[in-house]
Parts: sequence; structure tokens; C-alpha cells
Amino acid sequence: MTVVPPPWALAAAGLLGLLTLGAAVLDGVLSARAAGTHVRTGLTRPIGEIARLMRQRRRVTVAADTLLWRIGGAGLLVMALMIITVVPLGKWTLFDLDVGVVWFNAMDVLAWAFVWLTGWGANSAHSLVGGYRFLAHGLAYELPLMFALVAPAVAASSLNVATIAAAQQNLWFAVWMPVAFLVYCMGVLAIAVWGPFSPALAPDTAGGVTAELSGLDRLLFLGGRYALLVAGAAFAVPMFLGGGSGPLLPAWMWVLVKTLALLTAFIWLRRRLPAVRPDLFMEVGWVVLLPAVLLQDLLVAGIALGRS
Amino acid sequence: MITHVAFWILAIGAALTGAAVFIVNSMARASYALAVSFICVGLQVLLLQQNYVGVVTILMMVMEMAVMAVYMVMFMGMNPALMPMSMVHDKRHALAVSIGVFLLLAAGALLTPWPARRGTPPADVTAALGEELMEPKMLVMAAVGVVMAATIVAGVVLAAHRTRYDRFGDDLRRRPARDPQPGGVGR
Repeated sequence: MTVVPPPWALAAAGLLGLLTLGAAVLDGVLSARAAGTHVRTGLTRPIGEIARLMRQRRRVTVAADTLLWRIGGAGLLVMALMIITVVPLGKWTLFDLDVGVVWFNAMDVLAWAFVWLTGWGANSAHSLVGGYRFLAHGLAYELPLMFALVAPAVAASSLNVATIAAAQQNLWFAVWMPVAFLVYCMGVLAIAVWGPFSPALAPDTAGGVTAELSGLDRLLFLGGRYALLVAGAAFAVPMFLGGGSGPLLPAWMWVLVKTLALLTAFIWLRRRLPAVRPDLFMEVGWVVLLPAVLLQDLLVAGIALGRS
Repeated sequence: MITHVAFWILAIGAALTGAAVFIVNSMARASYALAVSFICVGLQVLLLQQNYVGVVTILMMVMEMAVMAVYMVMFMGMNPALMPMSMVHDKRHALAVSIGVFLLLAAGALLTPWPARRGTPPADVTAALGEELMEPKMLVMAAVGVVMAATIVAGVVLAAHRTRYDRFGDDLRRRPARDPQPGGVGR
């Protein structure tokens, strides 16, 4: 594993930006197709939306907690940037942290703060309702997600992301720990407030957390959601999908290909899964997901113990 | 050099955001000021090269403060948490006690004759710290964690005013159970 010098962080951020834009364009195309309009409107829509939001005047609300509101709105993008620092691209990495898995976990927990703060800051009932919807989802998805991250770490006997990727030379972890992989993917959708976890932004509360967001703040928040999908897909590659291993292509390209494939699946799933109601999902999280992922961990620990 | 600069920035940041908890006038700001203070402390722990302890401190504290803000705003009576409010009670005594304790601890840290380093740090400082803290008691500590979790669950069960008779009826035969909150798995 080669640790690249810090200036390469700019290149990593650029790559994240490109993939984020790609994700938005893909979502635009799928939206246009679902709405029966021309695909080209879907292609250009995200670009036009960026230009529009950058020029839009900020909406002001009475007695808004502006500091916390801005922190929350910009936070999702920061989370995504911090997550990709520990994701190895082939043999290069920005930050070869020995506890990379815990690092990812610490970053994904920040969603609790940032999404709720965005809902809180506007001093608007609708957006605060959205913030609490997210937290209700959070109480259900966070523990299963944490225990899903435990499985690859136990199997590789390491919390270092590169070591976990190297431990999958023969068989991807996604293949023999499918429950952990699926719960992880659910967690990524949840921290991005995406697809089934979008009731926090739902139209029945006038946009929920995003109800009062406008201009640059709205751009950062919505862009941050796509960036989190990208970062989550990228982190899944070393954790579950064998890292850079694969035939013919160089390792870094395999990482990109796998990231893009998983990202496409995340974007596509948005229209295929129903929204999960925050009040009902709580029980699903604690009665179904948590025991399932704990059994997965037990199984993985047993196999790891048998091997050593 | 850079470690020194980072240490002082984080130390001053932790102290200032810690003080901000009592100065700001909103529950959300107080909670997240405390979270920032703890993040500074977690980063200080990273400077000690206790990577695991440092990152876990950040993880736990951000989540804890998020949960704290949620419940404070949700459950404060008459919901003053949504309005600007003072974060302190009994100002003068509290100030005197907290300044006294701070000075005592700071004096202890500055005046203790710290020993010079003997030998070199071990390869895995986190494992070494864990063994140093509780080596002969490791099994007890592991068991205590489970007992504590069970105590919390039992406490919540005992404190809940609804019993199984409220849910399933006097003969415990009513299905589905009568719950104020519908469950998500069809019970």
C-alpha cells in the first residue's frame, strides 16, 4: 500500500465530484424516462439545476439558527470527503489508517448530527419534522449498520481497509456474508437519505429537512446526498467486493468499475423500493435486521476461528 | 513542531467550546458545542497515537450528543427547548465550584513531577493500554458490560407502565396485541 502525498487529496475530491455529478445525471435520466420525457432533458437537468441554485437568492426564515443550519447543510459533503480518504484506489491510498473501519463508522454517525441540524436550523415545523423522521430511521438502521461493519473486520482480523481488501483474494466477502453486505447497503442508502429512507425529505411535509433550503445551501445538501452514495459505494469495494482484484484491468480501474456498478444499483433502486415509514421501520430494524446481522457476525466469527 | 501546534489549537478549542455550552442560549447549540469539545479531545487522543480510542471517542460522542439533543428538545416540559433559554442553574455557586475544580485539576497536572520515559512505546499502544488498565480483570470487565446492558433493559421493562396484560388481554390470548404504536413486522 502506497500512501500518496497530501496534494493528491485534491485529485480524490475531484474524482468524488465527477462521480457525484455522474450519479446526479444518471438519476436525472432515470427520472426523465420514468416521467416519459426526452432523455436529453434528464441529461442536462442536473447541470441546469446547479447553475440555477448557484444564482438563487437565499430564502430567509424568522429566528433561524443560521450557524447550525449552514453546518448541517454543508456537512454531508464533508462526510463523503472524509470517508473516501481511507478508501484505497488500487495500491494508492490517502490515509492508511489502522482503524479505517471505525473511521468510516465515526463519519457515518455524523449524518445524525448534520441531517437533524439542517432540519433544526431553519426554525420551521416542517423541516424539524423531517429531522425527527431521519432520527427515527437512524435509531433503526445505525446498530445493524455497525454490526454489519464488524463482519469483514472479524473475517480479516483487522480494522485496516487495505488489509480487509487483501483478505478477499479468493472469495469476496459479499458472497459469503450476504446479510452484512445487504445491511451495509441499506445503511448507505439511509445516511444519504435516499430511496426508501427519503421520508425525511418527503413532499407530505413540504420537503421535510429541505423545506426551507435554497440556493447554495440546497445545492450542498442535495449534492452531499449523491456524494454520500458515491462514498458509500466506494467504501463497499474494499470491504465486501474484493477491492482492486480482478482480471485484465489494473487494480485502480477495477475499484472504479465496482464503485460505478454499485452506485448505479443505488441510484436505480430509488424507484424500485417503497419508502419505509419511520415509525414502522423501528421494529423491523430491532426485531429483524439486528438479530440477522448478529447471527451473521457469529457465523463469520466461527469461520474465522476455525481457519486460524 | 506540528504536533505542538495541533495540541494547543485542539486544547484551546476543547476548552472554549466546553465553556460555550454554558454561554449559548439554545439546547441544540449547547449539545453540539459539547460535541465539538469532545471531537477536539478525540483528536488529542489521536496525537497520543491511540488511534482506536481517539476515533471511537469521536464516534461515541457525536452519536451521544445527537441523541441528547433529540431527547432534550423532545421531552423538556412545555418545550422551552424550542425557545432561547439559559443553560445554567444557580450561577454563582456553579461558577465558583467549576473554577475551583478546574484550578485543582490544572494544578495537579502542572505540579505533578511526571517521570521521564523509560524504554520505548510498544508496537500496539492500544492493546498495551487495555492490558495495563485491566489485565487481571479482563473477564470481569467483559462480563460487567453485558450485566450493565441487561440492567438497562430490565430497568426499562420495569419502568414501562404497560404490561403484557395491557397488550394481550387478561387471558393473554388477544392477537394481535393492542399497542398504541403499530409495529413494523405485522405483530
